[in-house]
Amino acid sequence: MDWILVTEQLLNGLQFGLMLFLLAAGLTLVFGIMDMINLAHGSLYMVGAYLAASVMAASGSFVLAVLAAMAGTALLGMALEWALLRRLYERDHLSQVLATFALILIMNEGVRMLWGEQPLLLNTPAALSGPVELLPGLLYPSYRLLIIGLGLLVALLLWLGVTRTRIGMWVRAGASNRPMAMAMGVDTRRLFTLVFGVGAALCALAGSLLGPLLAVQVGMGESILILAFVVIVIGGIGSIRGALVGALLVGLVDTASRTLLPAALRLLASTEVAANVGPALASILIYLLMAAVLFWKPQGLFPARSG
Amino acid sequence: MSHPTSLHHRGLGPWSWLVLAALAALPPLLAALGLEFYTVVATRVLIFAMAASSLNLILGFGGLVSFGHAAFVGLGAYTVGILADAGVGSAWLAWPAACLVSGLAAALIGWVSLRTRGVYFIMITLAFAQMFYYLMVSLKAYGGDDGLPLPQRSQLGFSLDLKDDAQFYWIALALAALTLAGLQRLLNSPFGWLLQGCRENEVRMHALGAPVRRVQWQAFVLAGAIAGLAGALLANLSGLVTPQLLHWSQSGQLMVMVIIGGAGALWGGALGAAALLLLEELLSTYTIHWQMGLGLLLLFVVLFAPRGLAGVWKRRGHG
Repeated sequence: MDWILVTEQLLNGLQFGLMLFLLAAGLTLVFGIMDMINLAHGSLYMVGAYLAASVMAASGSFVLAVLAAMAGTALLGMALEWALLRRLYERDHLSQVLATFALILIMNEGVRMLWGEQPLLLNTPAALSGPVELLPGLLYPSYRLLIIGLGLLVALLLWLGVTRTRIGMWVRAGASNRPMAMAMGVDTRRLFTLVFGVGAALCALAGSLLGPLLAVQVGMGESILILAFVVIVIGGIGSIRGALVGALLVGLVDTASRTLLPAALRLLASTEVAANVGPALASILIYLLMAAVLFWKPQGLFPARSG
Repeated sequence: MSHPTSLHHRGLGPWSWLVLAALAALPPLLAALGLEFYTVVATRVLIFAMAASSLNLILGFGGLVSFGHAAFVGLGAYTVGILADAGVGSAWLAWPAACLVSGLAAALIGWVSLRTRGVYFIMITLAFAQMFYYLMVSLKAYGGDDGLPLPQRSQLGFSLDLKDDAQFYWIALALAALTLAGLQRLLNSPFGWLLQGCRENEVRMHALGAPVRRVQWQAFVLAGAIAGLAGALLANLSGLVTPQLLHWSQSGQLMVMVIIGGAGALWGGALGAAALLLLEELLSTYTIHWQMGLGLLLLFVVLFAPRGLAGVWKRRGHG
């Protein structure tokens, strides 16, 4: 096992973790402030990817595609919040699960009706298709580097927005004690719609950036949704810092164990066993991580709620 | 009638025999109409009625929102599949083994998960179910991703033949009826009152000296074992066991069944399973985009019938 492979895997893990963070950030705020389980968050990610693929195909500009996907998905998210989800805040978690499960069905089928059954192609922008030599001997795809850079930038902006602005203060106040925030005159209705829109835009950003790496297809939202939930539960619901730490943790564990674990297993057992058990063990490891965190810290690593 | 409390679940009383008789008459009726295919559909409904009712025990009556119930169904199915693969085809061995394996898994998962509450309980049960899902994907010897075909249906002896769809239906009906009757008795027993008391106010039950965690854990294990039996039947019905059975969307589907049927209503699980599966069947004959219709319908239920089908029924019946 040489250091080039390890560095490459660490970078891949960082890249995946940052994309998970984009999804988890919106989810954790919606969950933390509104106490709302939104299973349809993954569907917004799917819609974002589809919008990006369509605009890319029509215009040929990747930047335009990403921006259009973010704007369109944010509008859709805010419309959903305004028309439907707002009615569910006061309901129990079961109703929220059922309603947003229904939304998954509707949005999956809607996408299938509009774009068809076949997965769409979203190509990496031509300028970024080649690799970059980071260090002598270490070649890394430039597109993935872009994703890492953008992810770090958005994380920084989000952190500044939440910790340094007035709206961010309202958001934090809402997450830690909603009735108190309302009593202090925070217009939580408008705030919720805004948070939902930002969350949806971040979903679309993740969807359109990951589109060229993964397939743009119906159902792409569900698999990543569960990972995003794992992230926010590990990090502590409602905490942006927790979402970032959780996302990087999950991203690194997932990516690293997928390649390094089979390699390690090969040293202990036969090649065949390693090839069979390795990938599944890697997937199990993430859930083991979450179960362990919840076992010792039942509120997650960075609990946001006070009392 | 002597217990007007909300803790007492009356069921249908003598009417249940009539319902049972009507359901038992279904296969010959369908055969006479030339609709034999629907016997298999009806069997599926019965099996999911069992699985959903077992989830309703912990979710509806215990207030424990488990998002990993499909794991127990899947483990039961895999137990039957793996035993059949090893040459053990007797239902008398394989089905209790399925209950045992699922019950043991539930004992372990419940012991850890019940330390957490609320949303964290939802997520930790989901986490465990996903672990089992990936475990089954990794079992290449038993088909891995593609699943494990059953060489044949389990053997019951006594000149009963599960290969005959009608006979299989009657076995499933008998087991589903026994499950529901057993659950009713359990819920109307002191154990059932304790369980429902813990749902209403855990702190108060603690203060009264009730062994809250133990009661919840026992209910969790029992629910897991019943789901395992449902899984054993499901494996026999479809003749194929795949990791998909343990996927989280299956857990979600079971939850949806309980919620639309009526969480915490005796018939909730059965009603929900019947409603969801029959709707799927019906809508899919009209349009390939039936999921859209199903989704809209579910939304309608959430917004306008928050207590599920059983709630609607109750409101009609009692004014």
